[in-house]
Amino acid sequence: MTVASTDHSSAANLSIARRLADGGLIGALAIVVIGAIGYYLFPNNLALLTRMTAIALLVLSLDLVTGYCGVATLGHAALFGAGAYGAGIAAAHFGISEPLTMTLVGALTGSAAGLVSGVVILRAHGLAQLVLSIAVIHLFHEAANKASAWTGGSDGLSGIMPEAVFGLFEFDLWGQTAYIYGLVLLTVVFVALRILVRSPFGMLARGVREDRIRITAMGASVNSVLLRMYVISGAVAGIGGALSAISTQVVGLDSLSFTLSAEALVMLVLGGTGSLYGAMIGTMVFMWFEDTLSAINPFHWLTIIGALLVAVVLFAPKGLYGSTAGFVSRLRRGRG
Amino acid sequence: MSALFEVRNLRKSFGGLVVTNDVSLAMAPGDRVALIGPNGAGKTTFVNLVAGNLRPDSGHVFLGGEDVTRLKAAKRVRRGLIRSFQVTRLFQDMTPEEHVALAILQRERQAGKMFGHYSGKPEVMDEVRKILDRLGLIELSHLKVREIAYGQQRLLEIALAMALRPRMLLLDEPAAGVPQSETTRIEQALNSLPPDLAVLMIDHDMDLVFRFARRVVVLAAGTVIFDGSPKDVTQDQRVREAYLGNYANAGSTA
Repeated sequence: MTVASTDHSSAANLSIARRLADGGLIGALAIVVIGAIGYYLFPNNLALLTRMTAIALLVLSLDLVTGYCGVATLGHAALFGAGAYGAGIAAAHFGISEPLTMTLVGALTGSAAGLVSGVVILRAHGLAQLVLSIAVIHLFHEAANKASAWTGGSDGLSGIMPEAVFGLFEFDLWGQTAYIYGLVLLTVVFVALRILVRSPFGMLARGVREDRIRITAMGASVNSVLLRMYVISGAVAGIGGALSAISTQVVGLDSLSFTLSAEALVMLVLGGTGSLYGAMIGTMVFMWFEDTLSAINPFHWLTIIGALLVAVVLFAPKGLYGSTAGFVSRLRRGRG
Repeated sequence: MSALFEVRNLRKSFGGLVVTNDVSLAMAPGDRVALIGPNGAGKTTFVNLVAGNLRPDSGHVFLGGEDVTRLKAAKRVRRGLIRSFQVTRLFQDMTPEEHVALAILQRERQAGKMFGHYSGKPEVMDEVRKILDRLGLIELSHLKVREIAYGQQRLLEIALAMALRPRMLLLDEPAAGVPQSETTRIEQALNSLPPDLAVLMIDHDMDLVFRFARRVVVLAAGTVIFDGSPKDVTQDQRVREAYLGNYANAGSTA
């Protein structure tokens, strides 16, 4: 009896450990450790690291629709920009400058943008879908440009003065608070997304990517899955946008640009789709290259990024993370 | 006895080619019907029309007395009209266990849940194991689909159909491409289907058809040319002509 119950509890412990690992505990730890290293190694460059964190949220959000559901889009910055403008307008025009509330507003406006662009983009497939996504980002960009009374147009939206986090931690000149706030957001979102992608809904999404007709033959509605994922993706990108607004205290039209959308897709492909880890690694590598190389050679850094991307797509088609993970699992199996 | 499943005057053409021409068919619970016909007779089109993957030009499909002609495929599935595919449609990166679990969760309207994992649900896991065990797939339950043999993928197609607990099941060539050694397993699975379930099976393997079906429907050029018992089908003149073409008449024309 006692033996049986011990066995049972150790099995339960094992499954809890596995669940924690699958649930993103390793990833969360990695974010915290790498974040801490960055904090001590580059104390004068925290603004860049915070920007990386915000963009990582955008690329994670893109991974949800592109990596998990197989929707190709070149308009994903619409969701990020909507979050940035949502949080920024709340602060600049409505005096909502409590950072957590601003982040929540960003998540909400981001999901609203996700819903709108999802409804438009999901009506088409393949190439037409890609073209629609480009149209969507241009429309969002132009709307923000024209509504200059609210958005500041091409001058950007300023006058965002976030309050202290919990009334305790002021946003300082060195960007320490903003950086730590961003890391906490990234960690929480990452864990939530790990839980999401291994849930039944996450399986359904992967199913949609692999065979839509089979998903239909199981009685599930493909469009409903995709639209729900778009709304979630909008919330994630919106949090990234809000973080960008809070940390830089301005929102520019570049946050709603085709360029940012395309760069996000490049970062995702670079890191590898459909794992969440790849999204973060791709962002880090791309932005680190961008920063260092553009300092060394401001004219040719894009050439090197281009060469790197060509090399990755040709020699590691599953991206930096995907290909490494594949290699490691082959190695393990070879031994076993 | 009222029909569980009925098709009335179903018609579909692609351009000028009529592929389903005024087909009518009714089935009661427990029926085991085989739909046969030469290549290009319109069998798979018929299944696509019934399952909702294609829209008919005219005619109606009824399930349990309800007209489902205008319902999308997914809604028909939720009403118990389940199909399998002639060429397997599976998720290459998922395991058989995940496939069956997803089908069960979807059947129970739990597939939209955004947290938790199916392995934490004992009732789902029990059913998954039972179904995989019955089809001899239990050993493979943790391999990815692309790592398992085609014959086993066919078995998984049937496992998915079973997991959805159909009222009316359409099997599109369940044994196509399966080695002889494994058709037995498929037959066992078909024989262990619930007795009150209506099954319409398309197949080319006549031995399998004659063992399984109590009624045979023959489709040729989109039209039903025979509907009756298996023992009469081989004697039917029109069926012989449809299968053998002019060779059936070779004696008289020569």
